Amino acid sequence: MKKEIRLMKGNEAIAEAAVRAGCDGYFGYPITPQTEVIETLMELRPWETTGMVVVQSESETASINMVYGAASCGRKAMTTSSSPGISLMGEGLSYIAGAELPCLVVNVQRGGPGLGTIQPSQADYFQATKAGGHGDFNMLVLAPNSVQEMYDFVGLGFELAFKYLNPVMILTDGVIGQMMEKVVVSEPIPRLTDEEVREKYGDWALTGKKNRKRNVVTSLELDPLRQEKVNHKLQAKYQKMREEEVRYETFRCEDADYVMVAYGASARMSAKVVEMAREDGYKVGLLRPITLFPFPTEQLRAMRDRVKGFLSVEMSAGQMKEDIQLAVGSDAVVEHYGRYGGVVHTPGEIYEGLKEKLISKFE
Amino acid sequence: MTEEMIIAGFGGQGVLSMGKILAYSGVMQDFEVSWMPAYGPEMRGGTANVTVVISDKTISSPISHMYDTAIILNQQSMDKFESMVRPGGILIYDTNGIVKHPTRKDIKIYTIDATEEAAKRGNTRLFNTMILGGYLKVRPIVTLENVFKGLKKSLPERAWKTLPANEEAVRIGMELIKEIQ
Repeated sequence: MKKEIRLMKGNEAIAEAAVRAGCDGYFGYPITPQTEVIETLMELRPWETTGMVVVQSESETASINMVYGAASCGRKAMTTSSSPGISLMGEGLSYIAGAELPCLVVNVQRGGPGLGTIQPSQADYFQATKAGGHGDFNMLVLAPNSVQEMYDFVGLGFELAFKYLNPVMILTDGVIGQMMEKVVVSEPIPRLTDEEVREKYGDWALTGKKNRKRNVVTSLELDPLRQEKVNHKLQAKYQKMREEEVRYETFRCEDADYVMVAYGASARMSAKVVEMAREDGYKVGLLRPITLFPFPTEQLRAMRDRVKGFLSVEMSAGQMKEDIQLAVGSDAVVEHYGRYGGVVHTPGEIYEGLKEKLISKFE
Repeated sequence: MTEEMIIAGFGGQGVLSMGKILAYSGVMQDFEVSWMPAYGPEMRGGTANVTVVISDKTISSPISHMYDTAIILNQQSMDKFESMVRPGGILIYDTNGIVKHPTRKDIKIYTIDATEEAAKRGNTRLFNTMILGGYLKVRPIVTLENVFKGLKKSLPERAWKTLPANEEAVRIGMELIKEIQ
C-alpha cells in the first residue's frame, strides 16, 4: 500500500496521531506555542468518527484532573500544554502516578521562568525528569526531534503508559511544535473496549463493578507502612524502565574525540554542527537521548574513556548537563552550551560554543 | 541539492504562506522539506519570517545561521538578513519601502517590483506568488508543475477559485525579476 505522506506542524501531528492511536479523550487549555493541538482536534471532530472526546477545559488544573478521571476508567486520556500550564498540572500528575494510572501529557516548552515568553525553550528538563510534582515518582519522558517523532510518540506513549500504568510525558519545544515537516501517517487503530483493556492491561479500571470485586483508584494511604509498600512498588517499576526502556541514537560517535549530547530541537542543530565540525577535521559525534527518563546513563558511561569531553547542548542554563556528569563521573570533562529564555541557538552559535568550551581545551 | 532560505517581511504580506507553497512544492517533488516560522507576537504590520529548507537528503537542522537565498520584503529584514546570505548566495528584494539597498559584493542580487505590479493589477494579494515566481526563475529547484500542485495543496478548498490568478502571478513574477549584480 502507498504510504500516506502529509506536511504538518509538530502540534498538528500530535492531534492527528491522537485520533489515529485510538485516544479516548483529550482535555486541554490553549497556550502558545501548542494551541494548534486543540485547534486541529476541533477541526478533525473525532467525536463524530471514533467517538473520541475533545474538551476545552477551564484551566490546566481542570485538564489534568479530567485526564485523571478518564484514566481511572481505563481510557486512553491525554492533555497538552506549554511550560506554565504544565506547572499547574503538577498536583494532578503526582496523583495519577500515585494511583498508578496511564496517561499522556505533552509539554511544548516555552521560555521561563514564570509566564516567561512564548518562544521555544528546553528549561523544563528538571521538572519533567525529576520533579513533575510532589513525592517519589517519575514519568517516562520521550523527547521527539522531528514532526514524524511527534506523531509516532503519541502511539508509543500510550503503549508505555498502559504497560507501566504510569504517566508518560512527551517533552518537546516550540521549534518542533511550530515547524512543518513531512509525516508518514499510520493506519488508524480502533479505541479499546473495557474488555480489551482488562485483557491486555489488567483489571484495575472503574467500569462498574457488576459481577466482579470492587476496584479502588486512589493515591491516598494513611498507613505509612502500607504507603511505603506502594512506594517500593513504584520504585521497582521505575527500575524496570531504567533497565528496559532507554532509547537513544548516536551519530558519528564511533571515532569521536568530542561528543555532543542533545535532545529535541537542539539535537537537530547539533547534527548539523557534527557535519560542520567534521568538514573542518574535528572528530565530533552526537548522542541524542530519546528517553530523558530513563536516561542513557550506561551508554554515556561506556564512552567516557575514549572521549576527551562532552558538551551538553540544550536551550536551558544546563539542566541535562547534571545527568551527563553523573553518568560519566565528576572527573570527566562535561561542558554546557545553550541560549535560553526563549532564544533559539543556531548551528553556527553551537559550533562556536563547542570550539570555545571544549575543542580549544585540547587542541 | 540543499537549499536553505529565509523569507522575511511584514506580517500580512504572505511571507509564511509563500514558504508553505514552496514546502508543499518540495513535497510534490519528493524532496525533504522543513518550514520553521519565527512565530511570536508578530501580526499584520509586525515583522514575520520563515526558514524553509528543501533538500534531496535528510535535513539535519531546520534552523540556520547562513542562507543560500534570502527573499527580503522590508527594510528591517534587509538590515537583519543581508549579512546572513552565504557568499555566492542569492538576495532577492522588492524595492518598495527599501531605503538602504544591499551593499554586499559577494552575492547575487535581484530586485522584483511585485508590490507595484500587484497594485497596478488591482490585487495586492497576488504579491507573494509573484515573488515566488521571481524566485523560481532564478532558482528553479522545483518544476512549475509541482509548484502549482503545491499551491493547490497549501490552500483550503474554498480558496481554489484563486488558483488561476495565482498561477498567472507566478508567471508574471518570472518576467518581473531583474538581475542587479
